[in-house]
Formats: sequence, structure tokens, C-alpha cells
Amino acid sequence: MELFDNLIFGFSVAFSLQNLMYCLIGVSVGTLIGVLPGIGPLATIAMLLPITFNVAPVGALIMLAGIYYGAQYGGSTTAILVNLPGETSAVVTCIDGYQMARKGRAGPALAIAAIGSFAAGTFGTLLIALAGPPLAELALKFGAPDYFSLLLMGLVAAAVLAEGDMMKSLAMVAMGLLLGIVGTDVNTGVQRFSFGFSELTDGISFIVVAVGVFAIGEIISNLGDPEQRSVFTDKVRNLYPSKADLKASIGPITRGTLLGSFFGVLPGTGPSIASFSSYMVEKKVAKDPSQFGHGAIQGVAGPEAANNADAQCKFIPMLTLGLPASATMALMLGALTIQGIQPGPDVMTTRPELFWGLVASMWIGNALLVVLNLPMIGLWVKLLKVPYRLLFPAIMAFSAIGIYSVNNSSFDIYLTAIFGVIGFLWIKLGCSPAPMMLGFVLGPMMEEHLRRAMLMSGGDPMVFVTSPISLAFLIATVGIIIVMVAPAVRARRADITG
Amino acid sequence: MQLEFRGNKDFWAGVMMIVTGLTAIIIARNYDFGTALRMGPGYFPSVLGGILILFGLYLVASGLRSNEKIVGGWSLRALIVLPLALILFGVLMDYAGFVPALMVLIVGSALAGNEFRLIEVLVLAIGLTAFAVALFVWGLNMPYPLFIGW
Repeated sequence: MELFDNLIFGFSVAFSLQNLMYCLIGVSVGTLIGVLPGIGPLATIAMLLPITFNVAPVGALIMLAGIYYGAQYGGSTTAILVNLPGETSAVVTCIDGYQMARKGRAGPALAIAAIGSFAAGTFGTLLIALAGPPLAELALKFGAPDYFSLLLMGLVAAAVLAEGDMMKSLAMVAMGLLLGIVGTDVNTGVQRFSFGFSELTDGISFIVVAVGVFAIGEIISNLGDPEQRSVFTDKVRNLYPSKADLKASIGPITRGTLLGSFFGVLPGTGPSIASFSSYMVEKKVAKDPSQFGHGAIQGVAGPEAANNADAQCKFIPMLTLGLPASATMALMLGALTIQGIQPGPDVMTTRPELFWGLVASMWIGNALLVVLNLPMIGLWVKLLKVPYRLLFPAIMAFSAIGIYSVNNSSFDIYLTAIFGVIGFLWIKLGCSPAPMMLGFVLGPMMEEHLRRAMLMSGGDPMVFVTSPISLAFLIATVGIIIVMVAPAVRARRADITG
Repeated sequence: MQLEFRGNKDFWAGVMMIVTGLTAIIIARNYDFGTALRMGPGYFPSVLGGILILFGLYLVASGLRSNEKIVGGWSLRALIVLPLALILFGVLMDYAGFVPALMVLIVGSALAGNEFRLIEVLVLAIGLTAFAVALFVWGLNMPYPLFIGW
């Protein structure tokens, strides 16, 4: 079996002492920022990216991935213990998780969240291993028009399915594409939008944009609306769920995993959509729906499995097609590019250690999280008491060092300050910055494929319709838009994102 | 219908999009537009600028219709102090060294907060700076002088 050979190869890479260490650092940092509200995986990955420049690509990617899915775990811990979702994906977990905690069942809630996440993570890892190679093979047949249409579909889907106003999200994608143009035009060597700054010839660093908008802009916004936090300090006793708990959770975990995997491959659907749908499904199929909202363990198990499966499966389009399905994945893609690796279908054949090593490390990381998290819950809860007034200067410090170290230039620092202000304005105006980030990272690629496709077709735009693969993507794009503007879905969406 | 611009969320979002789109198109006029067959460097930005303007017009119209307000405070203090602290960090990195730059950034950022406790902030600044020096300069060998000309 080729799959097993590949997986064994992957584990041999991931189990090297160095990579194990990177995995451990990644998931610990991830849990930490997952617990701390006000800083998400996106800003953290952007901040820490420069540190990974000196690390081998596999190690760097393993660590960044660890931060990403570790944050999901941390986020649910705070959701259960203090009714405060550390990450948006854990919003649903608050509903029944916190109720369980109030009834003295915080331990089983935490344990079932961890078990559900682990089961989903295992399934997600297997799915990546199974679906990756055939998808990459398919993608190798793509021509320039197909890629353009694929990118278009990815961007439109990301904007349309994302939370918040659809039109604004679409506009933000265009905004991101525009920002991505800054720098030297690869075809003609013309400087575009560089305003005479030689520092802008290579374009705006995506780390500058990400840190500026998601770290600095976010802090400014948080300081304007201080939130009230009350920590539920009751001691967590009796971690082990009962047999009845486990039995009640098997169904929700399985369904949540499947739902999460489905939403995971779709661009734009954040983990919160996956967990919300899982919660809805569980409430529907439950024998006693009245328990929901009063500490039903199914309401924790399902959504937790769903958001973790979603997080894992987001890697599938990124690793096989080079298409990031979320802003965080766009950062990972950028990280690979900085390491000199062009993400896409070739990665699997040219750098097999990267793909299989990462896949194997995700399973190890998930296992580490279970082992690490449950006994250390007391410590994480203590960290929750760190007040924001101490937290945000620290975030500022790490952001600044990270940015400066990219090019060792103060110019990037000034640019980050500007993007902080712009990001704050976007947040205030209800323009979600995540679709912008996707557009920004994919912009240059999209323009390149567009120009190449038109050149190949002799200037005939029909090429996007005559290529069957491209046509399929375009039809899917239109389909997504139609489905989302249909009144019934719109109403439900408003219901969910409320 | 009463037109209300103050704090109108969608209206101002639309205005921002239109201004950005217009700027892009105006600047892109300096670049060769080319043809659909051979797109010049000005083609893609001009088209994007146009798309942004269209979205902007839609948002302006919907803002005037719904008149949804911007929620939450403006945190003017943070909006001014935090970017300034960052800029100061950049300048000091070039002229004073890593340690003073970071100390100033941390204390400066703390000034943007709603509570400022001097002793606490000083302890935080010293602790974080020591940690950063150990991790980044000594541990990861980043080539930054700790002090310049002291």
C-alpha cells in the first residue's frame, strides 16, 4: 500500500527530535494564544513567521500548523471554563460547555472536547493523506485559464461564505487584490504603486499587512471597547467522563467530524460555520432537545469535533492546489513561498518530506494536545487572569521585532503602523479584513494566470468557457453566489451569524 | 427620507472603496494599459479599481437606505499613541539600539491603554526586553546592536 509507505515516511520525518520539538512548541504556543482572548492564530503566525526563516521548511510548517490547530483547543478550554470563546470557532462550545461547567461537570466537558477534537484530527489527517495525491494529480493537468477560474472561485467563495456583509467581503477581496499589485510588474519590470519608495519594489510584505491589520488594528479596536471578563475559578475536578457520557458522544463526534471535513475543504467557511451546523444537527437528532442549552454533552462533542476537522481539512486545498481556503492558510502559503517553495500540486512529488511530514506531525500534534492539555488545565486557567493591559504591550513588542527582522528595515515598521490604522478603520466600518488577506496573497498569481491565459488564447476571453475544467469552476462560482443570495439561505445565514 | 451621514457605516465603507478605486485608476493611467491579448501593467489595476468603485457605489446606496451606525468607541487615544509608539521603535532601532527601542515601544504602548500603572509597566518593559534580548539577539542571533553610541 502506497498510502502506508507514505505515512510511515511522514512519521519518520515528524518523529525526528527536532521536528517533534517544533511540533511541541507550536501546539503549546497555539494553546496559549487560544486561551488568551484578543489574540488569534492569524496574528500570532504572522508575528512568529520571521523566526521560522532560519528553520528548515518542514520544521517551520510543522510549528506554524501546530499554532493553528493548537489555538482551536485552547479556545474551547476558555469557552467551557469562563464562557468566553478564546477563538471564534469556540462560540458554540460556550452554550453547553459552560452550562456543564456550572453544574460541576467542567472536567468531562473538557475531556470530551479533547477526545472529540482528537478523533476529528485523526480523521482529518487520514483524509488529507487519502485525498491529497489524487487531487494534486488532477491539479497538474490545470492550465492557466483553469487556475484563474479556480482562484476566482476560491476568492468569491471565501468572501460569500465568510461571516459578515457579503458585498463588503467581495469588495475587500478586490481591495486585497489591488494591494497585492504593489511592486514590480513581473512581465514588464514597471514599478506599480510604489510611490517612489525603493523598499516597495518587491511589493508590500504580507507579514506587514497581516500584523498591521490583525494585531495592531485589532488592539486599537479592543482598547476602544474594553470587554468585561469574569473568570470562573472553581477548581476542575474529576476529569474523566462517565461511560454514559462517552456513549452519548460517539454519534455527535462522528457526525461533527464529517460535517467539519466537508466545510473544511470549502474556501471561506471558517470553523465557526462548521461548529454551528454541527450544533444544529445534534439538536435536531437528539432524543431530548430540551437538554441543549442546559449542559448537553452532545452540544460540546459535536461542534468541537467539527471545528477541529474543519481546521485540519483546510490544509487540503492549500497543500494540493496552492489555494488557501482561509486567511490563516494564506499566511502558511506565504511562509512556504518565503522558504523558496511554490505551493501547488508539485510540492507532493518534489518535496514529499514536506507534505507527508506535515500530515504525520498533525496527528502527533493532536495527540500531544490531549496529553498536554488535560493535566495542564489549571495552568491555562491561571493564564486567563493575565489582564489585557499587560498583554497588548507584549503583543506590540513581539509584532515589532517580528516585522523588523523580515528585512531589517524600519520602513516595514512604519508601513505596519499605517496598516494598523487602516485595519482599525476597516474593522470599524464592518469590512472584514480576512477576505482582503486572501486576495492580497493570491493577487499576483491571479493576474499572472489571467495574462497568460489571454496570451495563449490570442485575446479571446472565451478560453475560460471552452476549457472544461475552467468552465466547471466558473459554474461552481455562479452556483455559490446564487445559493447564497437565495432568500431562504440568506435568512438562515443571518440566523447563524446573527 | 432623511439622509444621515454621521457614523453611517455602509456609507463611509462605500466612500472608502470609491476613493481607493479612483486612486488606483488615476495612478494606473501612468502604466501601459495594453490590450486584452497583451495586457499591460495598467490593465489589472484599472479593472480592479473599476470593480471597487462599483462595490463602493452599491455600499453608499445601501448605507443611505439602511443607515446603520458604526458601533463602539473610536479609541482615539490608542489610534494615535500605538502607531506613534511603533514609529518611534523604528527610528530608535536605527539610531539608539534594540534595548532602548523596545523599552520605549512597550512603555509607549502601555500609555495607550485605559489604565496605566507605572511600576507594573516598568517591570513589564524590563522583563520583556530581557526576554527578547535573550531569545532574539543571543538565542536566534539576530544582528541587532543592543545600544548604539551609548
